[in-house]
Amino acid sequence: MAEVAEIKEKREPLFSKKTLRVIKDPLDDNNPVTVQVLGICSALAVTVQIKPAIIMTLGVIFVSGFSSLIISMLRKSVPTRVRIIVQLIVVATLVTIVDQVLKAYMFDISKKLSVFVGLIITNCIIMGRLEAFALGQKPWPAFLDGVGNGIGYGMILIAVAFFREVFGAGKLLGFQVIPDAFYEMGYVNNGLMVLPPAALFLIGIYIWIQRGRNPKLINVS
Amino acid sequence: MENLLSLFVKSIFVENAVFAFFLGMCSFLAVSKKIKTAFGLGLAVIFVMLLTTPLNYVILTYMLGEGALSWIHPSLAAVDLTFLSFILFISTIAGAVQLVEMVIEKFAPALYSALGIFLPLITVNCSILGASLFMQEREYNFSETFVFSIGTGIGFFLAIVLLAAIRERLQYSKVPPALQGLGMAMMITGLMAMAFLSFSGIKL
Repeated sequence: MAEVAEIKEKREPLFSKKTLRVIKDPLDDNNPVTVQVLGICSALAVTVQIKPAIIMTLGVIFVSGFSSLIISMLRKSVPTRVRIIVQLIVVATLVTIVDQVLKAYMFDISKKLSVFVGLIITNCIIMGRLEAFALGQKPWPAFLDGVGNGIGYGMILIAVAFFREVFGAGKLLGFQVIPDAFYEMGYVNNGLMVLPPAALFLIGIYIWIQRGRNPKLINVS
Repeated sequence: MENLLSLFVKSIFVENAVFAFFLGMCSFLAVSKKIKTAFGLGLAVIFVMLLTTPLNYVILTYMLGEGALSWIHPSLAAVDLTFLSFILFISTIAGAVQLVEMVIEKFAPALYSALGIFLPLITVNCSILGASLFMQEREYNFSETFVFSIGTGIGFFLAIVLLAAIRERLQYSKVPPALQGLGMAMMITGLMAMAFLSFSGIKL
């Protein structure tokens, strides 16, 4: 991957290899949740079922993509001393849009996500990427970086939600996946999976597998 | 009064911000390597929480809620600005943190050097905004809001100091290399969360 990035192109196409890397890196080697340790709060709280996790992911992708785009466009006109406040206002406005849309079209999900939609504002992924990437890059790569990190975050969210819903409730997206015959044979849903600690264990195991497979990630943090 | 006491205990132990709602997880994991720094951050969180949540309550009641503006003029009674709550809450928190930082720097330099780096970090600590949003969602009154904000702050303080203590000891034990650091911190937090689950069901 590293050699690919060093090839210099005179005019970059819309999806050059370099920009593609910006969107692909956060999926594994530089995952916001398991490697950069950002945005863990909400990653754990909304993962009891898979549907709220998907909606939450979409919300985060929207907010992180567009906030990166807007901040990157404003980067030359905002003085560094007030940049945190400007970033917060931009993010809060986008989150308000997401919240209003959810309340209007998906009221059940909005009730289930409760305060966690609002907490996208303080999701460290968004602020972290704005500070680390969007402030110093052109709008298009910044937008892709925001979207990429949103997807990387969503991957973890959906993976954790998948295990918690299957083993905690025997369902997937609300449909039963573990057949009745299993229950008749004495299979019982794992009650721990619906409780908060299970999310922590699952992410711990994910990190363990990821770092075991890719030893260069060890000692990152 | 009993109601307030039970809310206080509930917000510290039963519904601990970190273990039950995962609020403030980022700084919880990042700043829990040493007890001393964890102690500093915990105190700063209690302090800011105590300041901003009641302030946000006042803003919500007299500016944003449905009919909240009727104290200016009766004709404004139909105005409902609740949708602006995210923007105003976060601005209050960012502003309050900035103000607190300046005041502490001026009048208590010793405390400032102890808390210094953590204060700006607190703006984006989800437990602070989370407390304000829970206050709005659960429709607490002023005294409840006050008690709830102290309790949540103490809960966070307790959690981060406990984890820091465990992680300091953990340096002397053999952990599989791939699990070191973040992975182990996650597992320990999970075990601590399980321990805190045993508080559920306690009523005062």
